[in-house]
Amino acid sequence: MADLKLTAARKSFGSIDVLHGIDLAVKDGEFVVFVGPSGCGKSTLLRVIAGLENVTSGEIEIDGERVTHLPASERGLAMVFQSYALYPHMSVRKNMGFALENMGLKPSEITARVDRAATMLRLADYLDRKPKALSGGQRQRVAIGRAIVRDPKIFLFDEPLSNLDAELRVATRKELAALHANIGGTMIYVTHDQVEAMTLADRIVVLNAGRIEQVGTPLELYNRPANAFVAGFIGSPRMNFLPATVISDDGTLRLSVGERDIALPRAASGLTAGTRVTLGIRPEHIDLASDAGMLAASVDLVEQLGGETFIYATAPGLPQITLRQDGQSRFGRGDAVAIRFAPDHLHIFDASGAALARP
Amino acid sequence: MRLGNLMGQRRNGAGRPLHWTDIAAYAYLALGVVLMFGPVLWLVLSSFKTQSALLEFPPSPLPFAQVEVTVPGQPQKLPLFRTTLPDGSVRELAQVRRVGLLAQMVDPADPSKQYRVAIDKREPVRRVAFATENYTEPLQRFAFMRFLFNSVFVTFVATLITLLINSMAAYALAIYVFPGKQAATLAVIGTLMIPMTIILVPVYLVVTELGLANSLWAVILPGAATPTGVFLLRQYMLTLPKDLIEAARMDKASEWQIYWRIVMPLTLPALAVLAIFSIMWRWNEFLWPLAVLTKTEVYTLQIGLNAFQGELQTQWHYLLAMTVMTLAPVALVFVFLQRFITTGIGSTGMK
Amino acid sequence: MSDTPSAARPQPGMAAGALARVAVLPVDLALRLLDPPMRWLQRVIGVRRMPYVFLLPNFAFFGLFVFLPIGINIVFSVTGGSALFPSERPYVGANQFAYLFDCGSFLDPASCREDHFWRGVANTAKFVVFQVTAMVLFSLITALVLNMKIRGRGFFRAVYFFPVLLSPVVVALIWKWILQRDGLLNAAITTLGGQKILFFVDPSWAMFWAVFVSVWAHMGFYTLILLAGLQAIPADLYEAAEMDATPRWRVLTRITLPLLWPNMIVVIVLALIKGAQTFDEVFVLTGGGPGTATLMVVQYIYETGFASQVQNFGLAAAASVVLGLVLFVLTLLQFAAARRKEI
Repeated sequence: MADLKLTAARKSFGSIDVLHGIDLAVKDGEFVVFVGPSGCGKSTLLRVIAGLENVTSGEIEIDGERVTHLPASERGLAMVFQSYALYPHMSVRKNMGFALENMGLKPSEITARVDRAATMLRLADYLDRKPKALSGGQRQRVAIGRAIVRDPKIFLFDEPLSNLDAELRVATRKELAALHANIGGTMIYVTHDQVEAMTLADRIVVLNAGRIEQVGTPLELYNRPANAFVAGFIGSPRMNFLPATVISDDGTLRLSVGERDIALPRAASGLTAGTRVTLGIRPEHIDLASDAGMLAASVDLVEQLGGETFIYATAPGLPQITLRQDGQSRFGRGDAVAIRFAPDHLHIFDASGAALARP
Repeated sequence: MRLGNLMGQRRNGAGRPLHWTDIAAYAYLALGVVLMFGPVLWLVLSSFKTQSALLEFPPSPLPFAQVEVTVPGQPQKLPLFRTTLPDGSVRELAQVRRVGLLAQMVDPADPSKQYRVAIDKREPVRRVAFATENYTEPLQRFAFMRFLFNSVFVTFVATLITLLINSMAAYALAIYVFPGKQAATLAVIGTLMIPMTIILVPVYLVVTELGLANSLWAVILPGAATPTGVFLLRQYMLTLPKDLIEAARMDKASEWQIYWRIVMPLTLPALAVLAIFSIMWRWNEFLWPLAVLTKTEVYTLQIGLNAFQGELQTQWHYLLAMTVMTLAPVALVFVFLQRFITTGIGSTGMK
Repeated sequence: MSDTPSAARPQPGMAAGALARVAVLPVDLALRLLDPPMRWLQRVIGVRRMPYVFLLPNFAFFGLFVFLPIGINIVFSVTGGSALFPSERPYVGANQFAYLFDCGSFLDPASCREDHFWRGVANTAKFVVFQVTAMVLFSLITALVLNMKIRGRGFFRAVYFFPVLLSPVVVALIWKWILQRDGLLNAAITTLGGQKILFFVDPSWAMFWAVFVSVWAHMGFYTLILLAGLQAIPADLYEAAEMDATPRWRVLTRITLPLLWPNMIVVIVLALIKGAQTFDEVFVLTGGGPGTATLMVVQYIYETGFASQVQNFGLAAAASVVLGLVLFVLTLLQFAAARRKEI
């Protein structure tokens, strides 16, 4: 178990900059998830930490030791690859024991460790099989087992669930969480799926175009996104973004939203009249009433899932709004509804996308 | 592969120092260049030396010829030597004649003065010169052009025939389902087990019976149907979408038209690979033509060259030039198509 | 082939395309003329029978020049006399085989009735052992080196492949010239203070150079096959090995070579098959000499059937049958090896 510190890490491939100055500190035993859209640099960041790629500039420290120029084989890290990268000609036992042989451990010690990991991952019956005789989920567990037996300083996971089908993904997610609780190592996990991030992480690092947008616990990111990107990325269904213009801000924030004006009790944020802002409200924080609300809208589509309902409505002058309601809804297509935003859950973003502080 | 990934050669120039295995690798490759190209280079250089120059030992790297000068008062050009005179001075003198151990020499600048010099006191003055007559004379004296024509004819015609009949067979095996298809495929595989080397004599009988003995057709025909060609083309044709053929049939195209106007144009990449293999093989073919061609006028280039070395045991200057001319077409093909060939073999060699 | 990278196509494609179009024109015309009769044929025998028409030319050639000869070969091997036409040859049963196999000791060619045949067998066996070993070894090393991220890899790959394109006559003459008594190699030896060596007069040297020249000429082909096999190994296996802190030599012995092994088997068997049939370069280089020191089996067949004063077709055919059986076994091995590789 170890902690990790990245200082001003930059990575360029030729003239293309993939990572722009990443500063990050991961605590001992933490489960950190790097999340972001395709091409945001999260895999590159992981590989840079692993040592499979060299940073163009910046420093990497593991447990206080500078490893920036150490090759991957000497950093004491273990990686679970997206494709699992199991040695096809070796049995499961040999796959898991290979690194231990390299470390020069005694055969008895190797067998002990492999057996322990195999039991933990329910692979004990498959130890003598070759990878091609295993299912996708089993192969993935072998890949994890290979990492566990090494007792590494940090575990690195590169989109490990992306090759599994949906059902298996959920089951494996729970197993990974249990694993972390069990063996407690420092784990860095890369995914593009924000659900995996929210469910597994102690802290999430949201990346976009090679920069860190925000670092925080899942609920911090959910409740207090630092900018519109994080707000839109975390949480499903996606937050609604509505363009608005400031009318006045003097104890009560008055905004012109679509064709209506709404008033929100907020401490003055120093906004001047006429400033364009973006209102952010999550579908689950929108209330519906058939009488007066903040906005009048008409229902375009209702999706009844039984336990919850998604309603898509349009208010004049605004993009379509997504609402989430518990249980089953009585509204139907074409109904006029009044929408009310829960003021405590309203986010306001300025023109550059940064969130304005909340009272 | 080991080194590159391990030592991160694919990582971006992080100033990684050269490992000893890198140096060893480059040294090995450099040695390879010397070993693979060197002998050919030596062949080419030697082919430009005159017959007498070839007799020198140790041989000089470049072809040299002795400089000859015109001296006023002398009818022919005289060879020039760097001579050490009795008085110790060194001068370039032209040799008029040589009698035994003495050479009669004149100074080109001052022809009236004659010198008598011992032959060991002089060294030829040389310049780099290419004896291109090594190349032109055999064309006149020996039937080199005939051999060249024969080789070109065999290669061209044989390749055409091979492409045609192999593609027809591949077409049948790839597109159609018919009784006996399995047997036919097995028969083609069986042919793979029967190389020319073990049926030399009977094929000779067949060829003689057909009245083709000592004609170029005796070389062209026996090898025209190649199992590897059939499989190569069949493999490629299997990847073509079947709907094209169905559509063509609906458009009232005949099977022949489908083969010729639709499938063949789409199979061009594989045909190109087969054509290259066929050309290379036919141009270099040796054993069978050696066995079946006994008359000089039907010799292919390879057989002619081999016959030369038998006759011309001591006329290496012609032999070397002939060899260079024989290898020139291949070298040209190589320069232009090498990437194409090497990737073609890399993928098909794994059959 | 769909595998051909498009980057390699433009340059040869333009020249070859233009050439092909010109060459194909008359052929295209001729074949278009065939359409009416083919249509008629199709009408008569039906579409379902057309595949036989397409198979016919190729199989006619196969039948006439491969299957028929194999049968005739057997006939030749069990008939004697000096006539070419089987009908004029008297049946002698297994006599010629008996003659071939009439040996005091199989290990001593000199004790055999047909000592040249057994010399050929011994020489071919010795040649194959050395040549295949050297060739596979050097091809492997070269493929491993080429697989490293070397700059100019395409160039070096072409360098090693170049001799494969040369004709056996050219190859043999190139080296014959270097190995002359007054040739380049002896010049180097004498410059270094040694004595000239008469390579073609010493049986051991002659065999050595036969093997060397053969490896020189064919190595590139096998290098390419092994290189393709190496490149088929997924890159992330090496990254996983790196994360597993695997020392370099162990990556080679525990990962690279085991995964390359199926390809190596194919290469070895292929080299054995070609090696057993070796003739061209050796014949031009040494003529089988000195004496019979480098006489190979195929040369024996050629000489017995074609080049000697008295052509003995029967004996040559018998020897061909023996060689054919050996090749048959090896080819079966080749299929087994290729099948194993795919699994």
